[in-house]
Amino acid sequence: MAEAVIEFRDVSYHLPDGRAILRNLNLEVHRGEILVLLGRSGSGKTTALKLVNRLLENPAGEIRVEGRPSREWDLIKLRRHIGYAIQDVGLFPHFTIERNIGLVPAIENWPNEKIAQRVEQLIKLVGLNGDVASRYPHQLSGGQRQRVGVARALAADPPILLMDEPFGALDPLTRTDLQREFLSLQQKLGKTVLFVTHDLREAMLLGSRIALLEEGRLVSLSSQKEFLGSQDPLVKKYVEAFGTSLEFSGKRGNS
Amino acid sequence: MNFWHFVAQNKLEIADLTLEHLTMVGIATLFAIAIGIPLGILITRRPSLQKPVIAAANIIQTIPSLALFGFLLPAPWIGDRAGRLAVLALTLYALLPLIRNTYTGIKGVDRAVVEAARGMGLTDWQLLYKVEIPLAASVILAGVRVAIVISIGLATIAAAIGAGGLGELIFRGLAMVNNNVILAGAIPAALMALAADTLLGWLEKRLSPPRAA
Repeated sequence: MAEAVIEFRDVSYHLPDGRAILRNLNLEVHRGEILVLLGRSGSGKTTALKLVNRLLENPAGEIRVEGRPSREWDLIKLRRHIGYAIQDVGLFPHFTIERNIGLVPAIENWPNEKIAQRVEQLIKLVGLNGDVASRYPHQLSGGQRQRVGVARALAADPPILLMDEPFGALDPLTRTDLQREFLSLQQKLGKTVLFVTHDLREAMLLGSRIALLEEGRLVSLSSQKEFLGSQDPLVKKYVEAFGTSLEFSGKRGNS
Repeated sequence: MNFWHFVAQNKLEIADLTLEHLTMVGIATLFAIAIGIPLGILITRRPSLQKPVIAAANIIQTIPSLALFGFLLPAPWIGDRAGRLAVLALTLYALLPLIRNTYTGIKGVDRAVVEAARGMGLTDWQLLYKVEIPLAASVILAGVRVAIVISIGLATIAAAIGAGGLGELIFRGLAMVNNNVILAGAIPAALMALAADTLLGWLEKRLSPPRAA
């Protein structure tokens, strides 16, 4: 059986006002897979993600990272063990791309030479031109910024990646490019990825397995194929919506 | 006797008083920065303190300056010397813009940037000095700028308790009903405020971060 790198054990999370965001979530992310958390906004998928690197604290139940309860990890060590990429990227506007990518290695006290090498390697790895290194984030396009965001998340070579709709804000063509490239990158690097999206297309393309969340509950957990053939009413609804949008765009294309 | 004549005759005294004025404002500003900026940072970390701290600074700001000088007079050690008293009062007045701008500046840093920084494992301290302070620097500096300009004006009133500075000429001129004497105090003070404002405005522009990404 595959080794579980991230485990949710009966995890619930409530807002201070008592509203339940996650209810009794049980889920395992295996080493080397991309597990996609799929769901509409408000389904609790981002919350689940942030509980892993403890941007949100104190859920009921237990989350284990590499077999150890996350609350027993040193917070900073835990986060440096996990790469984090988000839709808004959050690049540091006052740092060049080079410093953005090299920040974690720098605060981990890598020697300068090694940082420079690593940054150069990463810039290539995410398909960017070497001359972006000395530029500032505002001088880059949205797609380039997302690539930098991914490179930054990979900087200190963490075995785990958390990604929250990292390609969500991009135009469809750029998004597809980045999804394909990310997939091949992941296959090459073998990272364990927990990936949040509301886009079934993206989930189908990237996910080794797809976990569908609705109102904080895990509705289904299955491989891509099983997902398409599922009899669960909510999954069917998703697949139908996905299908209609395909058909719809097909018809539009013909007319 | 016209104005220029008066200035020429008393240029040494005017220079002396200007220097005294500048020293008073300078020391008070340094104290205010040393207290106000850490306080502003503290209330971004402890939200429960935010309201009381800002409220206290607000209340101080509403006390008429002459009254504040009077209130502080009985204070031990501080009250012994008019200079100390003036510096304390100016420091208190300068706190509000510093606390408020530090708080607003740090709170105004893009949330995605802060979240990314936390998520990648920056300690609270690294987040503060590598990300938040550099990105808030221009807003904090705008607070320093306001504080200094206010202080330069207020410091003229310190002469009422014998702390010296350019206010001395203004009060003397008032007593003598002599506009030239008043102007000899007021104009250098105004020029000083203008110069400080321009200089810090320039610095503020240089420190503002590249357009938010």
